Amino acid sequence: MNATAEAGLIESTLLERNRNMDTNRETQMDTDRDDHQSRTSTPDSITAAAAWHVDPQQTVMDCRLNKIFYGDFLAVRDSLVPIEKNKITGFIGPSGCGKSTVLRSLNRMNDLIPVFRFEGTVTYHGQDIYDKSIDPVLVRRYIGMVFQQPNPFSMSIYDNVAFGLRLNRFKGDMNERVEKALRSAALWNEVKDKLKNSGLSLSGGQQQRLCIARAVATEPDVLLMDEPCSALDPIATRQVEELMLELKENYTVALVTHNMQQATRVADTTAFFSVDISEGGRTGYLVEMGDTQQIFADPREKLTREYIAGEFS
Amino acid sequence: MTRVASEALLEQDLASMKPLQGSLLEGRSLKSRIYTGITWGLAILASLPLFSVLYMLIAKGGARINWETLTALPPAAFEFGGGIGPAIVGTAIMVGIGSAISIPIGILAAIYLAEVAPHSKLAETARFLAKVLTGFPSILAGVFVYAVLVVSMKTYSAWAGGIALAVLMLPTIILTAEETLKQVPQKMKDAAYGMGCTRAQVVAAVTLPTGLPGVITGVLLAVAGAAGESAPLLFTALFSTYYVNGLEGLGQPTASLSILIYNFSGMPYDNQIELAWAASLVLVLIILVFNILARVLGRQKF
Ligand SMILES: Nc1ncnc2c1ncn2[C@@H]1O[C@H](COP(=O)(O)OP(=O)(O)OP(=O)(O)O)[C@@H](O)[C@H]1O
Ligand SMILES: [Mg+2]
Repeated sequence: MNATAEAGLIESTLLERNRNMDTNRETQMDTDRDDHQSRTSTPDSITAAAAWHVDPQQTVMDCRLNKIFYGDFLAVRDSLVPIEKNKITGFIGPSGCGKSTVLRSLNRMNDLIPVFRFEGTVTYHGQDIYDKSIDPVLVRRYIGMVFQQPNPFSMSIYDNVAFGLRLNRFKGDMNERVEKALRSAALWNEVKDKLKNSGLSLSGGQQQRLCIARAVATEPDVLLMDEPCSALDPIATRQVEELMLELKENYTVALVTHNMQQATRVADTTAFFSVDISEGGRTGYLVEMGDTQQIFADPREKLTREYIAGEFS
Repeated sequence: MTRVASEALLEQDLASMKPLQGSLLEGRSLKSRIYTGITWGLAILASLPLFSVLYMLIAKGGARINWETLTALPPAAFEFGGGIGPAIVGTAIMVGIGSAISIPIGILAAIYLAEVAPHSKLAETARFLAKVLTGFPSILAGVFVYAVLVVSMKTYSAWAGGIALAVLMLPTIILTAEETLKQVPQKMKDAAYGMGCTRAQVVAAVTLPTGLPGVITGVLLAVAGAAGESAPLLFTALFSTYYVNGLEGLGQPTASLSILIYNFSGMPYDNQIELAWAASLVLVLIILVFNILARVLGRQKF
């Protein structure tokens, strides 16, 4: 299929989708006006395809978002993203479709952006983390994060990894935990003789692994990883993937990746996001979510099929 | 490889070679050399005053730098010998008081401006006032403290002098510290928030330590500046020929190097004039040390 034909197809699907959306959105707005509680109910504009049903007993987090705004800009809308316990949930989709935005909403990192506004609910073990009574600082202690760009602190390698442990007043054997974290991030052998050097003296890929070590040192219940391997070579990538597989034994991982192979290798469940440009804006939304096997082998949505075909060819 | 083949290769290389070897007299290169020469000349010209002052101070005051000068009390009118001990101690004490007041306030204010509420009305106002204050004639700080403190306490004192210096140090500390704290990359702070730090913890564990070299630079430059101030002390600490005597002594008129220089240089006695030169040299060396420290400790880490 050539590119124009493909684009045409995507457009027509989008148009069709939007016709549905428009009617749906109106009803949505009505309910919003009538009843603010609609925030907590399932947005009815979500298409059947996007609603991926999982056993509520098995979900650690359940993200039901109606709208995410940056100022007036509607960045993401109408998406249901359950994160299952002891699984790796992969987020894929074109650049700018809001994968990072959704991921960062899961531990309220976006609260730091003044113009950010979240409408919807994210439940974590049954509690809505966007509830007024919730302290976002505590949320982030349980739901850790590895950022898209490496961001070690301007302190020694050791102190970087020990940072979270000290923050949580860890009383056990600090050296052991630091070593364990560095080993699981596949960095130990490279830095074991220079733990006192600045974290900033490492290469970009090493810095990213340091950030991974820092994040896993505190053994967070859920770990959000935003393209953790984009700065890594294939060997380090494999090691980090092994780490994720190891982590999911006891914890839960949500992973944004641009690497389809990576998604197929590690993700149990995959969520495909796309951008809706029909209304002049660029609004991301969840197109389809399901077993990784199914998403890649037999996607329900045409958009998903086209995206995956494009990425693999 | 045979000779013929390598020669053929060489010819081919020559043909495809780009003209990379420039001539020193060619337009672009020549111009750049002339500019370099001019900037060198101007740099030397600019440092000329500094070095000539240093030379003169060493020539005129160097001979009197000895233990007696550094520790003894100032001489009376026709006395020989004597020293500038009380002035050195007085300057140190008043700069110390000024630092003790201005460093914590200045850094806290900078944290407020850089981290807590950078765009608030209060922050905008404080920033504006600090900028105005840096350009303020220092004598006004003296007059202000005179009106507020000296008049009400009915005496000149080291306290008043230290407070006047604090007023002058504050804006420098606030503005440089704010500038460096703002330069700490957001992604580093994000990492700390992502670990579950409160804002106070982010500032204490990440922002401040990361920006520390810059903050120290500002503090040391402010200290160096305060050590050299004379006008504000004239109205607040006045002068004394004795050492500061305990805590109570801080409530009495206090000597300082700059005022000693001002007083002694105007006297018609050679001994006093020599001491004024020696005091100038000591003062310049103190200021130089703080400036060098500021450079050495001020290397940014990110
Ligand atoms: N801090 C912000 N302020 C305003 N708009 C933002 C902000 N961060 C993201 N956006 C916008 O939100 C949209 C989604 O961005 P996001 O970073 O979530 O995309 P992404 O899917 O992670 O892309 P990529 O794959 O390139 O990382 C983009 O249009 C972006 O311009
Ligand atoms: Mg992203």
